[in-house]
Amino acid sequence: MAAGALSREPRFLELLFARRSVAVALGVFVVVLVACVLADVVAPADPARMSVRARLTPPGDAYWLGADAFGRDVLSRLLHAGRVSLTIGLGVALISSAIGIVIGLLAGFYRRLDGALSRLIDAMMAFPDILLAIALVSILGGSIVNVVAALSIVYAPRIARIVRASTLVVRELPYVEAARALGSSTRTIMTTHVLRNIVSPIVVQSTFIFAYAMLAEAGLSFLGVGVDPATPTWGTMIAEGRQYIDQASFLILFPGIAISVSVLSLQIIGDGLRDAMDPRLAKDL
Amino acid sequence: MTSYLVRRIVGMVVVILLVLTIAFVIVRLAPGDPAALMLGPEATPQDAVELRARLGLDRPILVQYLTFAGNALRGDLGTSIFFNRPVTEVLAGRAEPTIFLALMSLAIALVIATPIGIWAAYRRGSWLDQGAISTAMLAASVPSFWTGLMLQRWLATELGWFPAAGYGGPDADFLERMRHLILPAIVLGIVNSALILRFTRASMLDILGEDYIRTARSKGMPERRVVLRHALKNAAIPIITIVGLTFALLVSGAVVTERVFNIPGLGNLVVSAVLRRDYPVIQGTLIVVASLYVLINLLTDLLYLVVDKRVRY
Repeated sequence: MAAGALSREPRFLELLFARRSVAVALGVFVVVLVACVLADVVAPADPARMSVRARLTPPGDAYWLGADAFGRDVLSRLLHAGRVSLTIGLGVALISSAIGIVIGLLAGFYRRLDGALSRLIDAMMAFPDILLAIALVSILGGSIVNVVAALSIVYAPRIARIVRASTLVVRELPYVEAARALGSSTRTIMTTHVLRNIVSPIVVQSTFIFAYAMLAEAGLSFLGVGVDPATPTWGTMIAEGRQYIDQASFLILFPGIAISVSVLSLQIIGDGLRDAMDPRLAKDL
Repeated sequence: MTSYLVRRIVGMVVVILLVLTIAFVIVRLAPGDPAALMLGPEATPQDAVELRARLGLDRPILVQYLTFAGNALRGDLGTSIFFNRPVTEVLAGRAEPTIFLALMSLAIALVIATPIGIWAAYRRGSWLDQGAISTAMLAASVPSFWTGLMLQRWLATELGWFPAAGYGGPDADFLERMRHLILPAIVLGIVNSALILRFTRASMLDILGEDYIRTARSKGMPERRVVLRHALKNAAIPIITIVGLTFALLVSGAVVTERVFNIPGLGNLVVSAVLRRDYPVIQGTLIVVASLYVLINLLTDLLYLVVDKRVRY
């Protein structure tokens, strides 16, 4: 097993970086990620320090990306806000994958559950993501945890659908039959034999969900039904900056660029992963 | 064919019943008493008792669910707490801007995306192709409300080409109202064109590699005719599906875009309902939108039969 993994790895990375855009996107995303994680160290100023005199200062030497309506440094806020936005995106990607894997495996494995679970997935996917998310957040209340919970519920069916479809294919393969003949329990077959072989589509899809969740969080915050407006996220920064759009459009320009760059690099990485993990699927979409 | 239709319609009914159930459950997920939540902190316990009785919340949960589902299937989605009018009436009153916004932006998206998608596939690998894919990906990565805010400031406030916001006021005639939708429709259209472009290109690429295209070419058929008649006709099927699927994207986009441009449509209504805790309206919007989505996707599947005579179920 270990030897197999070793001999496969270089080929995978080679495939992944074969397209220069994927390498660039990964580089950009890592830079954004590291800068936000290390916000305490990297940020030039305290993101909460106010200064009346610096109010709405345009980008320049003192404030690289300007200062907001309270005279707070936009760059520092952007880095700290990014930490929250990225955490929400990652949290949603992980939790929705976990829920989706369980539902998808059950639906793919147990014929009796399949009908009901598949219809449930269809019904959940009939709700537009933002609409379902704002309904859920309105019920649960706006906080980081609840936004992550709501968006995980919204995106879990997408993973579940993919896991179910992949499970239906893999469960019929000879090695699964062999494992069953050798007396492996259904649970062992599900987790070791099937799940391990459908990891690629799950990883690809959760990369996209990471991206969608960041867009959705920004949308919710903009609508005023996301995280507490006092918590800086890229979405709340845009929502807050909106009042000053005529005097200081840079207040919404930079957080918008930050979201777009992160989401774009995640999408390119997702495309790259899909093509590298399963070259048969490689369709240069 | 008939059995396929029956199966699809039964499936659709089951999904719509589940949609009703989910919409019912979501509101019941709220911690605490829904009546107290709806009334807010200023209400007296007496108010809560009255509202509970009015909404039937004092009855067993199963009875409540059956009443809710039965009423919904007969077109009664309850009464808005804020407007004190039937939810269906409230929704109908706000539907016009959203419907026209969705149609206009879909038209814009198709006009932008289909020709570029066809051309990109035809000139695969060229700078035009790569530019088109990159632009589409970028358009799908930018938050639509951000695009909206930027274009609103630039094209409406600064250049004055479009009305900055609103729906023309109560006396505005139809044309004036539509004029207010142009800029929001462009914003939504840009977002949706990304998906349509990628799909058009992908399905054209599939078709252009087919034998019958080579045959048509070797017969000496003009390229224009090969691409537009033979290829596009067959590529149309996947494009139709994606148009059905963009409906969800359009609605999600409309919620945010209507808020940016202050358009009194369904999106704006549902956000206000969330802020006012008007749960029947939230529930009603969820049900109507999800049912429409299910219906539209059934219709696009059936359209296959019309577009492609080879598809038989």
